Amino acid sequence: MAKVDPKKHPMPEQDPEERIKNFNEVALGYDVETAIAEAKRCLLCKKPVCIDGCPVEIDIPGFLLKIAEGDFKASIDILKDTNSLPAICGRVCPQETQCEELCVLGKKFEPVAIGRLERFAADYEQENLEITYPKCSAPKNKKIAIVGCGPAGLTCAGDLAKMGYDVTIFEALHDTGGVLRYGIPEFRLPNSIIDAEVDYVKKLGVIIEVNQVIGHSISIDELFEQGYEAIFLGTGAGLPKFSKIPGENLIGVYSANEFLTRNNLMRGYLFPEYDTPIWVGNRVAVIGAGNVAMDSARTSKRLGAKEVHIVYRRSEKEMPARIEEIHHAMEEGIIFDLLTNPVQYIGDENGWVKEAELIKMRLGELDSSGRRRPIPIEGSNYIASFDTVVVALGTSPNPLILKDAKVETTRWGTVVINEETGMTSRPGIFAGGDVVTGAATVIEAMGAARIASRGIHKYLSEK
Amino acid sequence: MFKIVRKEELAEDIKLMEIDAPLIAKKAKPGQFIIFRSHDKGERIPLTIADFDRKRGTITIVFQEVGKTTEELGTFDEGDSILDFVGPLGKPSDHDRKEEGKVICIAGGVGTAVIFTELRNIKEHGNYTITIQGSRCKSLLFWTDRMKHFSDEYIITTDDGSLGIKGFVSQPLEDILKKQAESIAYILAIGPVPMMAACVKVAKNYNVKAYVSLNTIMVDGTGMCGSCRITVGDKSMFACVDGPEFDGWYVDWKELAQRNNRYLPAEKQSLERYRELVKGKNR
Ligand SMILES: Cc1cc2nc3c(=O)[nH]c(=O)nc-3n(C[C@H](O)[C@H](O)[C@H](O)COP(=O)(O)OP(=O)(O)OC[C@H]3O[C@@H](n4cnc5c(N)ncnc54)[C@H](O)[C@@H]3O)c2cc1C
Ligand SMILES: Cc1cc2nc3c(=O)[nH]c(=O)nc-3n(C[C@H](O)[C@H](O)[C@H](O)COP(=O)(O)OP(=O)(O)OC[C@H]3O[C@@H](n4cnc5c(N)ncnc54)[C@H](O)[C@@H]3O)c2cc1C
Ligand code: SF4
Ligand code: SF4
Ligand code: FES
Repeated sequence: MAKVDPKKHPMPEQDPEERIKNFNEVALGYDVETAIAEAKRCLLCKKPVCIDGCPVEIDIPGFLLKIAEGDFKASIDILKDTNSLPAICGRVCPQETQCEELCVLGKKFEPVAIGRLERFAADYEQENLEITYPKCSAPKNKKIAIVGCGPAGLTCAGDLAKMGYDVTIFEALHDTGGVLRYGIPEFRLPNSIIDAEVDYVKKLGVIIEVNQVIGHSISIDELFEQGYEAIFLGTGAGLPKFSKIPGENLIGVYSANEFLTRNNLMRGYLFPEYDTPIWVGNRVAVIGAGNVAMDSARTSKRLGAKEVHIVYRRSEKEMPARIEEIHHAMEEGIIFDLLTNPVQYIGDENGWVKEAELIKMRLGELDSSGRRRPIPIEGSNYIASFDTVVVALGTSPNPLILKDAKVETTRWGTVVINEETGMTSRPGIFAGGDVVTGAATVIEAMGAARIASRGIHKYLSEK
Repeated sequence: MFKIVRKEELAEDIKLMEIDAPLIAKKAKPGQFIIFRSHDKGERIPLTIADFDRKRGTITIVFQEVGKTTEELGTFDEGDSILDFVGPLGKPSDHDRKEEGKVICIAGGVGTAVIFTELRNIKEHGNYTITIQGSRCKSLLFWTDRMKHFSDEYIITTDDGSLGIKGFVSQPLEDILKKQAESIAYILAIGPVPMMAACVKVAKNYNVKAYVSLNTIMVDGTGMCGSCRITVGDKSMFACVDGPEFDGWYVDWKELAQRNNRYLPAEKQSLERYRELVKGKNR
């Protein structure tokens, strides 16, 4: 084996001191030389196990080899063969627990930086190449409706359009992207990247109708009446969970969804140029330690908060956020109050939150999720002053559309599907992404959408 | 894009617009609302469906110019278009409006537009309707003919006495309930928060059911953000999907008033900046 550099090439990044004052992207991307050098670290394994870690089964050594050879066009073509959103996945996939976790190099050294290289190829195409589109199969003259324009909906739509179906996406909000747009902040995933990749899906012939809340504006039954022969539900898990402790309706207590939507979709950080206000005080507590919590904490910092705390009831090891994002948050001066849980929020006479009562926790036995159960330590309560609280304790599927669709759901409110076809309990209705799994990841949503697109094709071919 | 096909000035700072939105018109029911965003830097703002015309395919909105977004919308003309217009949102309020007897509908200020389709619906279901329509002064009253048309009894109040009874809507309400509380099936009060709270208090004193429509601050209007949440009884509700109509007896009015004020400084800044920008233009 030729000598392999044991470490990934580092990602150039904005300096933490600087970046907490702006919303520009933190990770700046590889240049051509670095990308080629990093791609050359790949051993081009005969049995590339890395692919098993990618829910959309990208030919990883294939695209890496093309980058190593400097043939970036060929590289992006391989990527787009199975993934219509590579610039997005390259940025937000939790690679460390997916493709890169399985990379053989990772056994001794650091794995190949697959995600960074995927991003490189996609960005290179956007900036320097003429974008080409795959040929769609002959029109089948069959209409399919996709509900929700997040990664699941976009992927399912793109796949079906390539197969020759007439596909329309119906989206409740006024803009595309789902969580990619309203949840993940500009400094991790710029809007221009989402625009470009949504545009790609549109160019495949997909029609996107925004401002359509299916179940309200049009019902599922009406979609069938209008001649749609199959329907895919990619409506995500948008309903915010609260912990139902006293004081959660005080002013200054936000759900992460409200906080991030005001900031990202409505561009609150550009107020008053944009009309939607967002308010953040001096001392912020973000409850939870997933990606959503990290994004909320880092957004608070950029909006001018002096001190931002992550309050999490388990320990560092259990934090569900991507390692890279925890690391970024630490670099930006976010304080981690681990093994700590809120008991109540206390307000002033005008209804604004001013303090949180917190309690210390310890870890007990393993629970059903395989993590050690947090147990409150009696008598360890204390009061800390906070003027802003962002509750980031997860989300569940919005029940409205599911009731309208009359599909079977679990007791957690997620949709039941046939794992092989993506079909729900109601023939002709398919589902995938967060609406099936509960809040998960972009690439898992896309993988599920891919399965459903094949399921829909099979269903319509046999109908 | 959604075209404004008709614009009318109803009263000082209160404007009506009829919007071309056939899909929404097909679905609209009393008590529901839309959310609009006038341009790509605009805020998402909820307005009640003040009327709908399924044949013409239009939705009527009536709004009071209270801040930047509504003031700016007021400058749009017939023929102009609004960028985003989504609905119908919220629960329709017609389920328990079967024939129930005597109903008191109380409209405060621009609440007249919000209550209108409900009043019509209640009347058309064979109920006996008593309407109390109130405002600060005579010049702010609108749609009095329409309201009267669907009312068996009709009362006007103005704070300054420029028309009808001088005082607040809660006074005639109290007078009626004093005499015949047992014969009233329920009241429906829609208007500013203090007015709804006052009406509910009176009704509760006489043990009469009181419905209200809550104008919380919203963003998406689909149950995704929780901006609109409000305590009703011992539960936190999302006004956009659990409402906007609620049983007024159990609403936490203090919390609602406080939550609706939470962006006051920013709203003021936005309005002042806007007025500065348009100075010398239309206004
Ligand atoms: C702040 C945040 C950060 C995250 N960070 C990461 C990350 O770094 N990496 C990662 O892999 N994952 C991350 N995730 C998770 C990831 O974004 C989601 O798993 C993914 O977006 C799910 O995709 P989806 O298409 O199933 O649903 P969504 O992205 O939620 O899209 C659903 C869409 O459906 C629309 N919709 C809902 N109901 C209706 C209706 N009735 N009619 C019409 N439209 C409707 C919604 O408006 C929305 O646009 C993050 C999530 C959040 C909130
Ligand atoms: C379901 C619903 C139906 C409504 N129907 C109507 C209607 O038919 N006609 C009408 O004139 N108004 C209606 N409103 C209120 C209307 O949405 C607000 O007046 C509007 O958002 C003000 O926006 P602005 O930018 O012009 O003013 P802002 O500068 O945002 O606010 C000015 C004042 O309005 C209050 N306010 C701000 N945002 C809201 C909000 N989302 N809801 C309630 N009050 C708010 C503030 O407390 C402040 O005092 C309704 C509200 C809801 C929730
Ligand atoms: S899409 Fe995600 S999981 Fe698949 S190769 Fe790219 S970074 Fe890895
Ligand atoms: S496992 Fe690692 S080294 Fe092997 S092909 Fe995949 S990326 Fe290259
Ligand atoms: S407005 Fe967002 S949940 Fe009601």
